[in-house]
Amino acid sequence: MISQLLVNALVAGSIYALIALSMSIIYKASEIPNFAQGEMAMFSTYITFILLSVLGWPFLYALAGTLVFAFCLGFLFEFIFIRRAKEPNLLGFIIITLGFQMVLYGLAGWKWGSDQRTFSLPFSESEVVFQTESVVLTEHNLASIVLAILVMAGLYLLLEHTNLGLAMKASQQNVRAAKFNGIPTNRILGISFGISSIVGAIAGVLVAPISTLDPSMMWDPLLKGFAAAVLGGMKSLHGVVIGGLLLGLVENLFGFYISLEFKSIVAFAIIMLVLFIKPSGLFDKHYVRKV
Amino acid sequence: MLTIENIETFYDKVKVLNGISFTVAEGKITAILGNNGAGKSTTLNTILGLIDDQPEKGTILYQGLPIEGRETHRIISLGIGYVPEGREVFEELTVKENLLVGAYQRRDKRAVKEDLERILTWFPALKDRIGQMAGKLSGGEQQMLAIGRALMNKPDLLILDEPSLGLSPRLVTEIFGIIKEINKQGITILLVEQNARMAFQVADEVYIMENGRFVRNGPAVELESDEDVREFYLGIKENESIKGYQRYKRKRTWR
Ligand SMILES: Nc1ncnc2c1ncn2[C@@H]1O[C@H](COP(=O)(O)OP(=O)(O)O)[C@@H](O)[C@H]1O
Ligand SMILES: [Mg+2]
Repeated sequence: MISQLLVNALVAGSIYALIALSMSIIYKASEIPNFAQGEMAMFSTYITFILLSVLGWPFLYALAGTLVFAFCLGFLFEFIFIRRAKEPNLLGFIIITLGFQMVLYGLAGWKWGSDQRTFSLPFSESEVVFQTESVVLTEHNLASIVLAILVMAGLYLLLEHTNLGLAMKASQQNVRAAKFNGIPTNRILGISFGISSIVGAIAGVLVAPISTLDPSMMWDPLLKGFAAAVLGGMKSLHGVVIGGLLLGLVENLFGFYISLEFKSIVAFAIIMLVLFIKPSGLFDKHYVRKV
Repeated sequence: MLTIENIETFYDKVKVLNGISFTVAEGKITAILGNNGAGKSTTLNTILGLIDDQPEKGTILYQGLPIEGRETHRIISLGIGYVPEGREVFEELTVKENLLVGAYQRRDKRAVKEDLERILTWFPALKDRIGQMAGKLSGGEQQMLAIGRALMNKPDLLILDEPSLGLSPRLVTEIFGIIKEINKQGITILLVEQNARMAFQVADEVYIMENGRFVRNGPAVELESDEDVREFYLGIKENESIKGYQRYKRKRTWR
């Protein structure tokens, strides 16, 4: 039983980690908590649905199409809304992201609204790939873990081994210095939003089969992902991944040993606890400046 | 190479630069001297497009091209290297990454690699710490890194803002030796300094700034023998111009 619990924890943790990563990428780049993240992922997931089920594209093409769409969505969100903000301050940005969230939610409700869709992905929650007496691993379980690992590896390669990643890191640390070293920091910020949106879209595609495809499908996962990000320290990518996995574990242990009904409040409790005890999160390091 | 004409810069409606003009001649070292708050850094930030509200008045020509109002990364891509006041190295990037950021605008990746090696031979201290975070370096090493990073852009014009700030006399001498050496390699230099003594040692042309305008300028050898300059910037007092000094103390200017 405990090994099944660990599998469930790992799967949930992988998805939380992806959502947390998507929030963290934007937060690192701009210090904006992007509350539209969930709806952006939801919208992208609808695009997968349309490409796959309505237009009949093969899965990999549909996935590629979704990621391109997601990138453009993130990039344009930054370009059209965030960049226009004059005299930007945190509250203004939060309101912009909340506004964008409502726009996407409204659009999705109006376009695809009431009827819930079923959505046939090549990884189903009912197909088992591996089974012993104590553990069942479904296709969806496996896909979640594998996709999460791929995303993390991709982000690692991007940040540590490409010029774009270097420019992203430099812009995060000191925008002014990035500029006078020749980095087009605005464009880099837009690209960061695009990449974040891609990571969120992958999480959305993984959430859809275990929930239903509807405009509010990301509400609960987003809260979890946000909790994971706060737990790990919004500015530390490896921190938020660990935060996601920890949350998956704590939540499943809580659900098993204490109360299944109240499993969902674990995330909220964790946000509160972290804010009380260590607001910067477990893994956020604060660099001491040398003068 | 660089011609600034009648530039005015404001911070929130407060005028900091009062229509200044100057030129930086190709191949030379031009120095801007002045006390704290005179407007030296603001001048450089204006040239580089780093001021939020770009000046509406005046022109900045780089190699004949107007660059005022352009985005900073486009100005940098014209072949300008900038070493800011306070170094501004990327503390959480390694020494090597810092240097590579400096080459961001360059597309000749093979030459970038060679330049990296070359610059590391100029700054052996950096070579030993190539994988370390820049935040862990000493002040002098960070200054070397900031200069190396600017050189990675393969600049024709190198702009330095108070490179001697906060360094020991021995390091200051070393840094100025490096600046001289860089200039010998054919790179034009615009240098901002409070350390007038050192600046006069390397500069060809000197401008002296007070309250957002130039009050003296000329070839370094000429200005160096100017009585006022000797007295107020080099701290050398020969004849008893007590009156002038009292006026200076009163008005904080000697115009
Ligand atoms: N970002 C800023 N906002 C408002 N005022 C500024 C800013 N930067 C500099 N100043 C003011 O502009 C004047 C010139 O500053 P600065 O160019 O830094 O002088 P310097 O480099 O010669 O010491 C000073 O009075 C300073 O207080
Ligand atoms: Mg200054």
